[in-house]
Amino acid sequence: MKNLVIDTGILKKMYYYLVKIRRFEEKIIELYPQQEMRCPVHLYIGQEAIAVGFCANLKKEDYVFSNHRNHGHLIAKGVDLKPMFAELYGKITGCSKGKGGSMHMVFPERSIMGTSSIVGGGIPIAVGTALASKMNRDERVVVVFFGDGAVDEGVFYESLNFASLKKLPIVFVCENNFYATNSPQENRQVNPDIYKIADFFLMPGVCVDGNDVLEIYKIAKEFIDRAKHGSGPSLIEARTYRWKTHVGPETDIEKGFRDEKEVAEWVNKCPLKKFEEHVLRNNLLEKKDLQEVGKKIEKEVQEALDFALTSRYPEEEDLYKDVY
Amino acid sequence: MSWDRVPVDLSGIRVLTQKDEFKGERVISYREAIREALSSALGRDTRVFIFGEGVDDPGGVFGTTLNLHKEFGQERVFDTPICENALTGIAIGASLAGLRPILVQMRTDFMLLSMDQLMNHAAKWKYMFGGKVSVPMVVRTIIGGGWGSAAQHSQPLQGLFTHIPGLKVVMPSTAYDAKGLLLSSIHNESPVVFVEHRWLYDHKDIVPPEPYFIPLGKGSLRREGKDLTLIADSFMVILAMAAARVLEKEGIDIELIDLRTIKPLDYDLILNSVKKTGRAVILDFGYKFCGISSEVSSFLMENAFEHLETSVLRVALPDVPTPASPILEKAYYSGEEQIITEVKRVLK
Repeated sequence: MKNLVIDTGILKKMYYYLVKIRRFEEKIIELYPQQEMRCPVHLYIGQEAIAVGFCANLKKEDYVFSNHRNHGHLIAKGVDLKPMFAELYGKITGCSKGKGGSMHMVFPERSIMGTSSIVGGGIPIAVGTALASKMNRDERVVVVFFGDGAVDEGVFYESLNFASLKKLPIVFVCENNFYATNSPQENRQVNPDIYKIADFFLMPGVCVDGNDVLEIYKIAKEFIDRAKHGSGPSLIEARTYRWKTHVGPETDIEKGFRDEKEVAEWVNKCPLKKFEEHVLRNNLLEKKDLQEVGKKIEKEVQEALDFALTSRYPEEEDLYKDVY
Repeated sequence: MSWDRVPVDLSGIRVLTQKDEFKGERVISYREAIREALSSALGRDTRVFIFGEGVDDPGGVFGTTLNLHKEFGQERVFDTPICENALTGIAIGASLAGLRPILVQMRTDFMLLSMDQLMNHAAKWKYMFGGKVSVPMVVRTIIGGGWGSAAQHSQPLQGLFTHIPGLKVVMPSTAYDAKGLLLSSIHNESPVVFVEHRWLYDHKDIVPPEPYFIPLGKGSLRREGKDLTLIADSFMVILAMAAARVLEKEGIDIELIDLRTIKPLDYDLILNSVKKTGRAVILDFGYKFCGISSEVSSFLMENAFEHLETSVLRVALPDVPTPASPILEKAYYSGEEQIITEVKRVLK
């Protein structure tokens, strides 16, 4: 796998999604102070490589489960920005018709079957879809993304055990950004090596640089293929860093939660910058390729925003719809 | 152990099982009716599967899943680890992927370990996503104490489930209803908590062999009368029927509503009956505090006050955990005599 040559088309596509996630969330940061997006937003900036590296290996019908920090996973899975922006603005054209907000996005057309904001909550649900894939023999793989906080939860271990017991086609992806809200990993976990939990459950466990999209792509390919071929689940720990605060557009520096130096070190390891430097240095893509992507996305973000702002709100009677 | 021994006096109460009423039609027990519904669903719909602790063991969950794994295969009827929360999430995921999971939680107390997935996830999944996805799953669970089952093996938690928008809660009292309501629950688009009562497993009733569906949210008028309406669920229906027969001999004409589904409630049936009788006693096999009986009672206050001739009374479980000692257990559960007492208080 180390020597896998990634096709230029895939490189371009991954860069497109890396930038798309970044620009989408930068637009949120810009507009959030207007207080028109009235829902909590958990920003993914800094962690983009993980969603992109995994989703580049998935088909439309493969399931992805995310968490409260879900924008990146949805975008990387190919969800259009329009219903996402509209959902943030609470509009009827939102992907969840304005009932979910940022934390509860859905897009069945891309096999995003809903997103939980309870820490660890999506993990057993993802296992359930993997069980269905196995029972239906339809080769739909499941990738579930969660943070290091979810590893504190009992349901994580219950889910790993069940998935391994039944040899289900699922890849567990822990995005370890070292903080659960403001609680650092060392305050919460006795063993910092999350990937080693896989050992006990008799599945492969791997640790990867969560800011290196090319490494992630290769690891993802290996374990998604493995799942698809009936060899069961795996646990990937991708170490990364959240640039922004737990919830909202600010950073943790002004709030006094984090050391400025620590943030600066990780910002320097920016997954986009890392990718750009690599592809240019190795002549895999040209500068103009990257610039074109940037322009295309700028247009898409603006169009999506216009769509959201001009969409109507739900009607008051919609309050009572879709409970049962 | 006599798990099925009932601490309240049931002598002469099996009113729904009188053979002479059945006129040669097929009669089976509540437990057999549940097994028949499961077998029918597994046979007719390949999306259906059953999982939970011990569903394929020689006991087969009080006989309700007995040998179904032999008939339909281990892939569709299977034993599980003891991880109630994950299992509930797995049911949600499987249903999102188009299957029809039936999760068996042998005692309702154990469901408390799955409240995050049931209440935070299953109940809200459809609403949270604007109706774009739904979670057609059934959690079968069993209430009813006795034999010193005590505080953690006999809690009737149906009131707790009804408190959460998005869950449907079904409580059959007869074998006929158990089959028809279970089939409806399986073929319904919402998450359903299907609450069975252990003391009812041996109760028999006419049950047609073919599949049939009883609509969720519709109660049943078990007995027509003009003096007072008893509104009951699950095992309380059996006690109510017995009480009604005793009261009949004293010239008191009881109307009896079996709620069958406690969420959503059949408000029309309740309202029409109380409009007629002007009096009501509510009987719930659950906690009196913040329970089904309080809910029905406040519904009557809000919607039928002008038709009520006296105050509404309730027979339900006291606000204490279930005790083990037989003497305390007997005091804990209500029998027909408590119902008769409350009825007479209302009629005074």
